[in-house]
Amino acid sequence: MDARELIARRAAQEFKDGYVVNLGFGIPVLAAAYIPEGVEVILQAENGILNFETVTRLGEEDPYVADAACQPTRILPGGSTFDLATSFAIIRGGHVDATILGALEVDQEGNIANWALPLAPGKWSPGMGGAMDLLVGAKRVICTLQHTDKKGRSKILKKCTLPLSATKAVDLIITELAVMEVTPEGLVLKEVAPGVSVDQVKAATEADLIVKGPVPEMRL
Amino acid sequence: MKSKEVSLDAALSHIKDGMTIMIGGFLGMNAPLAAIDRLVELGVKDLTLITAVNAYPGGGFGIGKLIENHQVKKYIGSHIGTCPAAVEQYKNGELEVEFYPQGTIIEKIRAGGAGLGGILTPTGVGTLMEEGKQKVTIDGKVYLVETALRADVAIIRGYKADKMGNILYRGTPNSNPVMALAADYVIAEVDYVVEPGEIEPDRVGTPGILVDAVVKGYGEEKTREIFRELWIKNKKLA
Repeated sequence: MDARELIARRAAQEFKDGYVVNLGFGIPVLAAAYIPEGVEVILQAENGILNFETVTRLGEEDPYVADAACQPTRILPGGSTFDLATSFAIIRGGHVDATILGALEVDQEGNIANWALPLAPGKWSPGMGGAMDLLVGAKRVICTLQHTDKKGRSKILKKCTLPLSATKAVDLIITELAVMEVTPEGLVLKEVAPGVSVDQVKAATEADLIVKGPVPEMRL
Repeated sequence: MKSKEVSLDAALSHIKDGMTIMIGGFLGMNAPLAAIDRLVELGVKDLTLITAVNAYPGGGFGIGKLIENHQVKKYIGSHIGTCPAAVEQYKNGELEVEFYPQGTIIEKIRAGGAGLGGILTPTGVGTLMEEGKQKVTIDGKVYLVETALRADVAIIRGYKADKMGNILYRGTPNSNPVMALAADYVIAEVDYVVEPGEIEPDRVGTPGILVDAVVKGYGEEKTREIFRELWIKNKKLA
C-alpha cells in the first residue's frame, strides 16, 4: 500500500454515519473510496451540491452538473443543488460535520498552511479557493498530508512558515507515519502506522510530540 | 412588453475596454461559454475580471481563454492555479491578482447586489487576508470587514429564459444567481428563450427585472458535445 492510499484509508475511518462531509482534492477525495461498511455520509461539493458521486462512463454525464473539480457528476437520490452563497453559508455556518483537507504545512497549535507557495516577491499562488472557509466553518477538521517533503523535511512543524490558511483550526493530522491530535496541551501522538515505531515518528517530526503510554497501531 | 432577447453582439457591445466584469460559472461549468468565446474574438481589453474560481484545470476553456488572450489586466477571485496563463502572467507582472476566500468573494458580490456596504466574516482572521482591512469584535469573536463588490457588466448562464428575463437554472447554478444582482448591466446566456408564462413562477431562479439582456448561447446539444469532448480529452470519461 502506498503512502497516499494508507492515509486515505485511515482518514476514511473518521467518517461517522450521517456525517455531512466536504473533501479537498488529492488524498481527501481518495478517502471516499474507503468509507467503512454501514457508514453513510452525505458529500458536499463547494460549488453547490449535497449528495453526489463522480461518474466516469460516457453517457452518464450531465453537461449541467459537475463537482468542485468540474468532473462529470451524478446527483444521488435525495441530493440537492444550490447557489454558491448558500453553499458557503452551509460551510461557514457550521452545517458541515467534517472536512478532510490537504496541507503544505501544519503545526502543533493546529495552524495550517495550504493555499500559498511563493511565486515572486510578495506574490503567492495558487490561491485558497474554498479552503479557508472550510477550516473556519467545518465542525471537525482533519488534515491529511505526507509526513515529510521530497527532501525529507518534516511538514509537521512547531510553527508554520508559509502563509496560513487559518489559525488553530486543525483537529486531527493523518500522515503515512502517524495519527496526531491537536489538543490544548499540544500535539498528541495517537497512532503509528503498521511497522512504524514511536521513535521513527519522532525522528521525522519537527513538532513536539506528546506521547502518553503505549501508542496503538493505526486502524485501517 | 418589449422582449429582452438581443443578439450576442448587441449585448456584448456594453463591454468596453477597462471595464470590470463578472462572469458566472465554476471552472467552466454553467459558464456563459458562447459570450466568452465572442469576447475573445472581439478583443476587448484591460478588463478587471471577477469570478469565484478560475479556468477549467489546465486552461484553454471558458474564462481561461480571456486570460490566455491577454484581455484581463486584473483578476479578482479565490484561485488561479487551474489557469497556467494566469499564474505566468501574475508572476511576470502582466496580471494583477486580488485573492479572496471563495466564501468571502461570493458574499462580497451578494452584498454588492443587496445594497449592503459589506459583510463580516471570521474567514481569513490571522492570515494575510487581514492586510489593510478593519477588524470588528462581536461577542468576543473577531471578524474581518469585507466590502461589497460590484461590476459594470455581469454575464450569467441559465438554462432557459423567458423574454421578460426570468431565468431558470439547471444543474449547479454556482455563482450565476448571485452575480445577477451585482452589476449595472446583466447579460443572461441561455439555451432556450421562451414566452412569458412558460417558466413556472416558482422555478424562476433569477427574477426578470434583474436581467437586461437575454442571449442564446450554444444550445443544449452543443453544450452536451462541448463537455463530452472536454471530459474525454481530460480522461474524465471513457
